This record gives sequence, C-alpha cells and structure tokens, in this order.
Amino acid sequence: MYKYDQYDQRIVDARVDEFRDQVQRRLSGEMTEDQFKPLRLMNGLYLQLHAYMLRVAVPYGTLDSRQMRMLGHIARKYDRGYGHFTTRQNIQYNWIKLEDAPDILAELATVEMHAIQTSGNCIRNISSDQFAGAAADEVADPRVWAELLRQWSTFHPEFTYLPRKFKICVIAADEDRAAMRLHDIGIQLVERDGVLGGRVFVGGGMGRTPMIAPEIRDFVTADDLLSYVEACLRVYNRYGRRDNIYKARIKILLHEIGADEYRRQVEEEFVAVKALGVDPPKAEFDRIAAMFAPPAFDAAASAGVDRSDPDFAVWLDQNVSAHKQPGYAVVTISLKPIGGIPGDASADQIDVMATLAERYSFDELRVTHAQNIVLPHVAQADLYTVWQALTEAGLAEANLDLISDIIACPGLDYCSLANARSIPLAQKIASRFADANRQRDLGELKLKISGCINACGHHHAGHIGVLGVDRKGTENYQLLLGGSGAEDVSLGKITGPGFDEDGVVDAIERVTDRYLAERAEGERFLDTYRRIGMEPFKEAIYG
Amino acid sequence: MKLLTGNDLPTGDVVWWTGSGWSRHVADAVDVGTQGEAILQVEEGARRVNVAYVIDATPTPDGPRPAHIKDRIRAVGPTVRFDPASAPDAAVPQVI
Amino acid sequence: MADPEQTDPDQANRGGEPRLRFRTDEASDEPAITLDAFLEGQTNATAVRLEAGDDARALLGHLDKVALVEVSFPTFRDGRGYSAARILREGGYTGELRAAGDVLVDQLPLMRRCGFDSFAPEAEIDAAALERALTRYDYRYQKAADAAVPVWKLRHG
Repeated sequence: MYKYDQYDQRIVDARVDEFRDQVQRRLSGEMTEDQFKPLRLMNGLYLQLHAYMLRVAVPYGTLDSRQMRMLGHIARKYDRGYGHFTTRQNIQYNWIKLEDAPDILAELATVEMHAIQTSGNCIRNISSDQFAGAAADEVADPRVWAELLRQWSTFHPEFTYLPRKFKICVIAADEDRAAMRLHDIGIQLVERDGVLGGRVFVGGGMGRTPMIAPEIRDFVTADDLLSYVEACLRVYNRYGRRDNIYKARIKILLHEIGADEYRRQVEEEFVAVKALGVDPPKAEFDRIAAMFAPPAFDAAASAGVDRSDPDFAVWLDQNVSAHKQPGYAVVTISLKPIGGIPGDASADQIDVMATLAERYSFDELRVTHAQNIVLPHVAQADLYTVWQALTEAGLAEANLDLISDIIACPGLDYCSLANARSIPLAQKIASRFADANRQRDLGELKLKISGCINACGHHHAGHIGVLGVDRKGTENYQLLLGGSGAEDVSLGKITGPGFDEDGVVDAIERVTDRYLAERAEGERFLDTYRRIGMEPFKEAIYG
Repeated sequence: MKLLTGNDLPTGDVVWWTGSGWSRHVADAVDVGTQGEAILQVEEGARRVNVAYVIDATPTPDGPRPAHIKDRIRAVGPTVRFDPASAPDAAVPQVI
Repeated sequence: MADPEQTDPDQANRGGEPRLRFRTDEASDEPAITLDAFLEGQTNATAVRLEAGDDARALLGHLDKVALVEVSFPTFRDGRGYSAARILREGGYTGELRAAGDVLVDQLPLMRRCGFDSFAPEAEIDAAALERALTRYDYRYQKAADAAVPVWKLRHG
C-alpha cells in the first residue's frame, strides 16, 4: 500500500497546523461559525445531533494495522470507545469535541492519516474495490489510479469551493463491487490492445434525484487521467448550479445540458488543460504502482481447508471469497451482528482486527462501502485460526450479502439531517430474520436503509431499500425494491404507501415470502423481482 | 412553550437556555416566549453558545418535552447504545 | 500600461496592514467596467470586472488591452472565480488579477495558486493570520497557475 514520503508527510503536517490555527480563531471569535463551517467540514468535522462528529479518511478503504490501532486509540481517548465505518470506506466518531480536534488530527498524522476533504463541497475520499489486489478479475490494481487522484485532488486550489460534494470511484473489473456507476465520476480500468486505460462515467449519484452515470469517455490513459478529470471538474465548477443545494450535484448538470454537450465541453477544456503539463510523468505512476505490488505470497501455500467444524464451514462458505493467488483467500469481517449497530466496531474489536491483519493478512485491511472490513490476503491454512479469533471478538457473523448484512446510515439517532431512525429498524429486521438457515435460504439480498433523502445508506441501490421520511412529525418508512449498485446497476422503485417501523418489517417479510413462493431455480431475490415485476410484491404487501 | 437550544462551542455538547445561562439538561430549559432570537443573538455573539435555535415544546411534570422527535432524541441521546457484549434484544429505554 | 515600480516589500509590517497586493508595478486606479461593456468595444477602459457567472474566456482575445481584471466573489463559497482566474492566466494574461468581495484569509492562499495577485476583501483581514496562511505549506501536490513546483516534479525532476 501507499507509504508517505517526506512531501506527503509535510503536507499533512501543515494541514494539522492550519486547522489548529483555524480552530483557535473560531474559539477566540476571530471567525464566525459561518466562516468556519466550510473549513471544519473540509477537515471532516460536522456538528451533528448530539456533538461534533469527525470523519477520518481511509483512502480507497485501505489501511494497515498501525493505522487501525490508531483508529481504536482515537475511539478510546477522544470518543466513547467505538467508531462507525461508513458507506464511503471512511470511519466516523460521534462524540468529538472541537477543542480536541486539532490534537486528534496531529495524532492521525503520525500514522499517515487525516480527515482531509471528508466533507465539504470539494473532492471527497476516492473510493475503490475492497478486493483490489486480491481479485482475479481485475486488470490492474485500481488503487494506483485512486492514489494519483487522491494527491491531485488534495487541496486542489481551483476545486475547493465546488457547487457541491464530489465523489470519485475507481474499479478495475467488470464486476462492480464499489457502486462505481453511482458516483459523480466513476472509472473502470480496462485494457485495450495491451494498453491500460479507464472508461470514465460522469454524473451518477443517489440522494434526492438518483442517477446512473453515463459513459462520457470510453478510454483515457494514465498519462491523460489528471488533465481529463481536471477538465471534467472545471466544467462542473463553472456551470454546476449554485442556486439550489438540491440541484447542485454534477448529475443535475449532465441531466440539464445532456451527456453529449457535457462531453463536448469537457473535450474542449481537456485540450486546454492538457497543454498545461498537469499530468505527472510515468515515473510517478510507476513509483506509486510499485507500492501496490502483490505481497510476498508463499507460492507453496497449501489450498484446501478442514471443514469439520460446522460453524466454521458456514462462515467459510459465506464470508470467505476466492483469491487470485492459490492457497489464499479474502476474508470479509461482518460488522453486522444480529441486533447490533451496522458498521460499528468497539476499540477492542478494532484492535483485534488490526492484530489479525498484521499476523494473517500481510498487515493490510480494507473498509468496504457495505460497512464491513476485509482481510485481503489470508492464507487458507490460517482461516480457522482467524475465524476463532473473530468469533471470540463477536466479529464472526456469517452473513455477507445476506439480508442481515444491512447497510444503514446513522439516522435520526445521530444525524441532524435525518427524518427517521435507521439503526433500530436495522436491528429489528436482522432479529426478525435472525435464523441462519432462513437467511441462507433467502440468499443474496442487499438491504439498505437511509434515514433521509440524502441517501447515505444507499437505499436506491438496495435489492430492498428503505427510506425514512417525516410524516407529520412521526417517523415513517418507504419501501423500495429492485435497486442494485453492482454492474447490473438499477435504481429501486417505491412499492406504495409507507409504514411505521413495525409495519415496514412486516412488509419486508411479506416481500421475502413472496420471493420464496415465486422464485425459479437459482434466482436471487433481485432476479425474481426483475422477472416478475413489482405487481406481485405490491399485492403481497398491501393485499 | 418555546425553548432555546444550541451547542457548546468548544465541546459540542447540547445545551438549553435556563433563563440565566446554558444547561446540558433539557429539564432546566425555560420558556423563552418571543425572546429566543434576541437572546441567541447576544449569546452567540459572546460565544457562550453555537448555532442556537428555538424549538417548540410542551411542559410536563418532568420538565419540557420537545415537540419534534428529532429534538427529543437530541435531548435524551441516541435511542440505541453501542455495546458489543449486550444481548440482541437488550432494549434501550425509549424515553422519546 | 504603467512601468513597473518598486513598492515597499515590508508593507505587511507597516501598521499591521495585511499584504493584499503581490505585484511590483503600480496599481491601476481605473474603475472596472462590466464584461459586457468592455466587449461592446466602445471604450478605452483597461479594467474589467467579471461577475461570478461571467465567462472569463470571452476576454482571451483582448488581453493586450487589459491591465486589471477584477473577479467577484459574492460569497466565499462561490468557487467560480478560481476557474476564471486560472483560465485567464492559462490564456496568457499577465496583468493584475484581483479577487474582490467575500475574500477571507483562509481562501487567499488558494486564490494565489489560481493566479490572483491582488485582493479587495470586504471585511478586514488580519495581517498576522494572512502571513501564517501564505507561508504554511511548502509543498503542493498539483500544478496550478502559480510558480509552485508540484510534488511529483520534485520527486522525479
């Protein structure tokens, strides 16, 4: 993974100093809250329902054990002993004090971490595939491009005051494990005639008006990447709407002027920008790529695992994925224990995961956009030991991609933007479907809950999605079916009138019962829905 | 009744106007009537509170009860508690 | 255009005034006219004011007639002026490029990177805070409109 050189470190250290200065000027009254707010947001600090919340960046979801332990330390020292992993592969802390924030950033900087641009109307964390470097289907490690983009976007002087937030995702396989098409810019690395390049999609997003990003350029090479993306951003910065925050994302611009016109403007701007020399030389690409070389796998690692422990076998089948290197496997640690808070981990659990990564995964972990943690390079011979340690730490729920592997935003329990609580609902749904056999029978079923239209829970992309709304001062929930954030991307459709909390749990059960009654051989819920449509489910729900 | 609430600037703690100062307990909050805006201008200017605003509430024997569920959750804290050791059905008393 | 004149580089230390101009030539005291008025052509004006939504490229054919471009920042959150500035510098503009309006200390370094070399803030700027802001970062990741050498170039020459 990427390691800082002196330049990276000096830049982060300067940022710590800058924010300390800004906090001091806010506390002393030299700055008003209005002046300070964008500055603190650009250091990940929100003022939420109960306290300040700090969102720490995990660049493209990759970190090592030392960094993971620091996250646990921050939770213990400055928060209430736990952290929440997010749908953009970051971590957030709910109980931070403004006066501690500069010290927190200083501590993070000692392990090459920061909270830079994790909020605000700027370019956010570049996200990527949690299986990068381990998946057999990738053409190259997408994180090399993600790291190039990370550096380019950090404190980019032209794009620090965009109309709205900007989210970029890079993947490198046809299978989309990172919801790439639902980003402001999504890039899929492909190979053409032996040359590596990216297909560029622009204008995806969820929120009030969900859209799937159309392809804007079919191929951009690494030496044109930054110029091209700069051109994309410049057109957005100049022409994105600034009159209405609900119409300010780039997806609205594309929708209003059309993809063809946007493409034309970008190509024109690209010609101008390309001449400026903003693209680094190949040597820089190679320098970064070298840090993402495969770890020192044991070529003689034995394949095959002893399945005699039935609980281990269940976890093996559900949470362990194939690795491109023989004798190795990819482990997904579920942060969705039945009845627990989706995506949360205690400082102790964080330490356990750090140690397991250090010992059994070449000192690397990933955060997934589904709010789970991945150990990307585990020798098959070590799987049983890893599982035992996870079991002891309450981290061995065998529910990857099953109905209880719920993506949920923090919701009204924590978030001042929310209309309804999402966590208690997630707990109720998981408890209703707690039976492991029932879950496995239902199979792959991605359920996603957002507490408001901002869609941080990605409900539009859920096979089953739930949206919390405010119905005359009480919490109400809309049910959506048929969304997908994978390469078969689609946006969920609302079933009909909403429900209260217990009502939506019942409705979901009626939907899954209907699926079981109607499914053909081998069909996931999503497949059955796409085959038979909304009507049978509507009938099952509403009678 | 109308309550004035905000956050303590350096800590972020939720605070409630008591008539003479700021308390972390909603039970201490007083009815500000039509004076909320005037009070918050002074208090924000002096940095004794951050991002203050007025909310509706009804008086009860146990203190004011904010009218909107969001404000009630803000007053009592999250309705869920993180505790990896707790049983799945362990409920947090829902005083909302 | 006026001949370049040496001005006192210790401006910042005189009476605690913040340094808001980064050119050595004499400041133009001409009132800036609107872009539309300038493009209409019937003017000897050499100072143009761009509103946030104006297209800076419209000036690119006329740069030899312009000594001062003032770019408006109606609110500091409106970042269009940063693109306008870079477009002008990229187009070869070497005259004075001024950011005017809701311009605060914390945005000045970014504005400098985009090519602004003078500032007309509505609110007072603290000289000490400004000096700290301008000298804080010794390295920059990306190439912009200033002279800063991006880190990738320092790494590989």
